Amino acid sequence: MSAPNKSYDPVEVEALKPEEVERARDAALAAVAAASDLAELQEAKVAHTGDRSPLALANREIGALPPQAKAEAGKRVGQARGAVKKALEQRQVELEAERDARVLVEEAVDVTLPWDRAPRGARHPLTTLSERIEDLFVAMGYEVAEGPQVEAEWYNFDALNILPDHPARTMQDTFFVRAEDGSADSGVVLRTHTSPVQIRTMLTRTPPIYVICPGRVYRTDELDATHTPVFGQIEGLAVDKGLTMGDLKGTLDHFVQAMFGEGIVTRLRPSYFPFTEPSAELDLKCFVCRGASVGDPERPCRTCRSEGWIEWGGCGMVNPRVLIACGIDPEVYSGFAFGVGLERALMFRHNVEDMRDMVEGDVRFTLPFGMEI
Amino acid sequence: MRVPLSWLREYVDLPAGESGRDVADKLVALGLEVETVEQLGADLKGPLVVGRVLEIEELEGFKKPIRFCKVDVGDANGTGEPQEIVCGARNFEVDDKVVVILPGGVLPGPFEIAERKTYGRVSRGMICSARELGMGDDHDGIIVLPIEAQIGADAIELLGLIDEVLDIAVTPDRGYCLSMRGVAREAAIAYGQPLRDPALLDVPDANSYGYPVLVEDAAGCDRFVARTVVGIDPEAPSPLWLQRRVQMGGMRPISLVVDVTNYVMLELGQPLHAYDRARLQGAIVVRRAHEGETLTTLDDAERKLDREDLLICDDRGAIGLAGVMGGASTEIGVGTTDIVIEAAHFDSVSIARTARRHKLGSEASRRFERGVDPEAARAAAQRAVDLLAALGGERAQAEAGVTEVDAPREVVRIVLAADHAARVAGVAYPRETVAQRLQEVGCSVEGIDELTVVPPTWRPDLTDPNDLAEEVIRLEGYEQVPSTLPQVPAGRGLTADQRRRRRIGRALAGAGYVEVLDYPFVGQSAFDDLGLAPDDARRRTVVLVNPISEEEPALRTTLLPGLLGTLRRNLGRGNGDLALFESGVVFLPNASTPRAPQLAVDRRPTDEELAGLTAALPDQPQRVAVVLAGEREHSGWWGKGRPQVWADAIEAARVVADAVGVELTVRQDQYEPWHPGRCAALVAIAADGTERVVGHAGELHPRVLKALHLPERVAAMELDLDLLTADLDGEHLPQAGHISSYPVATQDVALVVDASVPAATVEAALVEGAGVLLESVRLFDVYTGEQVAEGGKSLAYALRFRAPDRTLTVEEATAARDAAVALATERTGAVLRGA
Repeated sequence: MSAPNKSYDPVEVEALKPEEVERARDAALAAVAAASDLAELQEAKVAHTGDRSPLALANREIGALPPQAKAEAGKRVGQARGAVKKALEQRQVELEAERDARVLVEEAVDVTLPWDRAPRGARHPLTTLSERIEDLFVAMGYEVAEGPQVEAEWYNFDALNILPDHPARTMQDTFFVRAEDGSADSGVVLRTHTSPVQIRTMLTRTPPIYVICPGRVYRTDELDATHTPVFGQIEGLAVDKGLTMGDLKGTLDHFVQAMFGEGIVTRLRPSYFPFTEPSAELDLKCFVCRGASVGDPERPCRTCRSEGWIEWGGCGMVNPRVLIACGIDPEVYSGFAFGVGLERALMFRHNVEDMRDMVEGDVRFTLPFGMEI
Repeated sequence: MRVPLSWLREYVDLPAGESGRDVADKLVALGLEVETVEQLGADLKGPLVVGRVLEIEELEGFKKPIRFCKVDVGDANGTGEPQEIVCGARNFEVDDKVVVILPGGVLPGPFEIAERKTYGRVSRGMICSARELGMGDDHDGIIVLPIEAQIGADAIELLGLIDEVLDIAVTPDRGYCLSMRGVAREAAIAYGQPLRDPALLDVPDANSYGYPVLVEDAAGCDRFVARTVVGIDPEAPSPLWLQRRVQMGGMRPISLVVDVTNYVMLELGQPLHAYDRARLQGAIVVRRAHEGETLTTLDDAERKLDREDLLICDDRGAIGLAGVMGGASTEIGVGTTDIVIEAAHFDSVSIARTARRHKLGSEASRRFERGVDPEAARAAAQRAVDLLAALGGERAQAEAGVTEVDAPREVVRIVLAADHAARVAGVAYPRETVAQRLQEVGCSVEGIDELTVVPPTWRPDLTDPNDLAEEVIRLEGYEQVPSTLPQVPAGRGLTADQRRRRRIGRALAGAGYVEVLDYPFVGQSAFDDLGLAPDDARRRTVVLVNPISEEEPALRTTLLPGLLGTLRRNLGRGNGDLALFESGVVFLPNASTPRAPQLAVDRRPTDEELAGLTAALPDQPQRVAVVLAGEREHSGWWGKGRPQVWADAIEAARVVADAVGVELTVRQDQYEPWHPGRCAALVAIAADGTERVVGHAGELHPRVLKALHLPERVAAMELDLDLLTADLDGEHLPQAGHISSYPVATQDVALVVDASVPAATVEAALVEGAGVLLESVRLFDVYTGEQVAEGGKSLAYALRFRAPDRTLTVEEATAARDAAVALATERTGAVLRGA
């Protein structure tokens, strides 16, 4: 850098001479034109437009000129720098296009190469199915209630109006827990349904009660294609003023529509459970054939076996005797309850053919179900 | 209950073209569970006719004896000539009437009959056995018809071969439907037709000269009717129609007397018992068993009786388990001519207990348990007497004596608001509808707004207003119930625990683990395989009385046996690289477990009583566990994968802890079934500094893996969620920190420590020593070898420093690093490498 010029003579400044500016510009343009790739262009850019380049240095000298000379010199240098900048940009575009056409092609890989380096995980479909149903009822305002799997007979039977000598007590093939003295009379069983959770809920909450009770239950069936001694149930319970069977039906209709699609409704058939009165079997309209397979041998339906309806569970109005055992006044409150089997739902909703697949833990069965169903 | 449609039509005028399926649909709508509708003789096709055997020629020279018969079938074959038939059976003679299928007919199978050459003759048809006609599997011999059968008559009609049978699974509340009479009542309501009640019979009044009966236990037996029939021809067979009905009803035809008692039971629902009068000694007595008394029942089993068992006795002792099974000593035999018929009503609870105690369910006990109409006893006895007198041969006749022992029964009266059914269903039923429907099921109904209802004697299940409401609603049709939604109050969503369990499942699945749900059943051998010491607490289990397998009678105290079994199953099926997890409860018995008390149900139990139930239950904490085998990262075209190691199991524990927001500390430990040198105790530290071991992780012991036939180096983790989250007060709320935008200053240090010093201790000292400017510390290398003294190891850490409010100077970062190293040196003897 030159010192400030005291003589104010522009001719004295070598770098600002028109020929010098022109030469620097031409050298820059030549270097830009000669650059054969983006790296060389970058070099040319640094050399001809960087802080130490002739044109940058010339530009800095302008400030030292007398006012009358500044305008002319500034114009000269400015035009030269503009031309260089423009040429640089142009060459940049050209070289990038060239690179895109050549280099990126050379870098191509086979993207169909498999890549499964990290193993996949999955949740068991019975878990996610239960959660799906829980979420549906939670969205309706229900809460999820849980209870122990090893349960006192009073909760599992007596409080549910399944009294000791009633035939219904033997309807559910029960696992009994051995007493400390080795006898069978411990008063404790593996719960045969999640209904004891309903009892526990009614004993600890005051109405209105709206809960859903998912969980594992046990019956002494041998494992085969359609039975398992350990299975999942999900039950609902509502206790409130003025509840009717209509409310039960409406709740179930909403439930099956959310699970199986618009237009799928339930059908209630009279039945018997000690803990509900009236009681009903719960069927849902076949969501696959929607009843079209009934009486039409040409279009058999595997899901409903051409019955048009799928049996799923049981339901009814809570037997007032059950309310009394839980300290709820049946003159003031009524309730409804329902229960469905998770394995059964998984079978007809997801075409599982053999119950054993849900039990054996083969990862090939579980992986396709992913995180939610 | 098996209900032949032809039989049902005797009591109800069903529409002529109504099929079994149609009837089933109607009954299902009323709440009878019709499981199947069997089509009897569906693939049977005539001509099937009555024939008379004219000639029998025994053919010689074959492996088995063969007969060539000429059978007169009248004009049924179109020619009137005798039909020539080759037959392998031998239980018939010339002049016997038999069932003949002619060429062109089809037997069940289907098995088409044609003229064919066999045993050197031409056989034109077949003489049929009961089995071949689909009448049951009992008889191989051909059917010999009564002599009065008309030659050439249609045998399909004669034998009732084409019929439909509804198989109904009767629920415990509908005992009355274990009879044709009960099902017919439902069918009559369904079709709006009158019922021809088969129990409406003329019955002579009781008198004093019937067979003597003494009921000592009126609570167990409130009615006992005894009738006597004498002069029965022991050779008299059951007529074909009777046999056929008994057989279609699902019972085996045996002899006239037995078939009649069974027939009447199927018809009226009243179990009957027939005693050989010649083998009875003295009066029939109904009493409870004495201590030590025994009885040999009809099935030839000698049974030790309980003092609660209700017995039928004579002078010599017990002759039957009341309402369950008769005794062998008074059984009807081949020479029986005089019989005493018992039609009694027994207490359902007593029968249920006896049947259960002796594991002896019978057609009779099944009915008594569910409740038999006490008023049906007289009619049933009469019906049996009538049938035996009519079918038992010329000399068979009823004696005039009629014994009836009758205890008063309480009449049930139910007070019912006329709009109760409407309030239950949400359907407005008029009062008249309610009254009419209740009358249809047999109730008497009085009153206007408040109805007083007396249920019929065959409906002991009707005791409460809701029972009556159900009758009205089901007869009006459940399909009338509208679909409405209740106003559910706003809920609070899932509990913190429930959300935590879901997070854990998602986090583990996201980390590549596959969830399994194992059975909780284990045996002691599972604990042996895990190498647990004899006094290991995990061997104390909750044991089942009636397990699925005697090998696995107990409930799990750890998730590992199930998970390792599933791991092995997967490996056996060729699924190689595995990471499995399970989330579930284990069952830990209390030190002492009292019997769960039997609490009342007519009120809410007190909290104290409920605590008694809780005390009888084992602890059932939530656990989560993982097992790993094979590669954690797969090999492939990119190069080698990474086998899973002990550290992956510990990492799984951290995934779980992170998911619930708890910080885990890891300690070296020794705990079965883990490798003693590769086992970590997982420790949760509470806010107050107390420490709690919540589980273990690491590589499993080689001996355990060998015992379980698993590959080497399998790693596992199990932790107790209840313990892990015990300090969380409800919700875990992660707090946002201040994010500094000033630059980071990184300093690396390599520290040499004794090999026995845990890396976690060194790191803890660095963190504490570095102070607040430390943002993170990361161990990036562990080195042992030439450049480190024998018995030592070099740990290389990257320390990152950052201040919230300024750019750190080199001096500040260095000072913090030096402080970190100084504390590590003080705590662990660490020497800064290269210093």
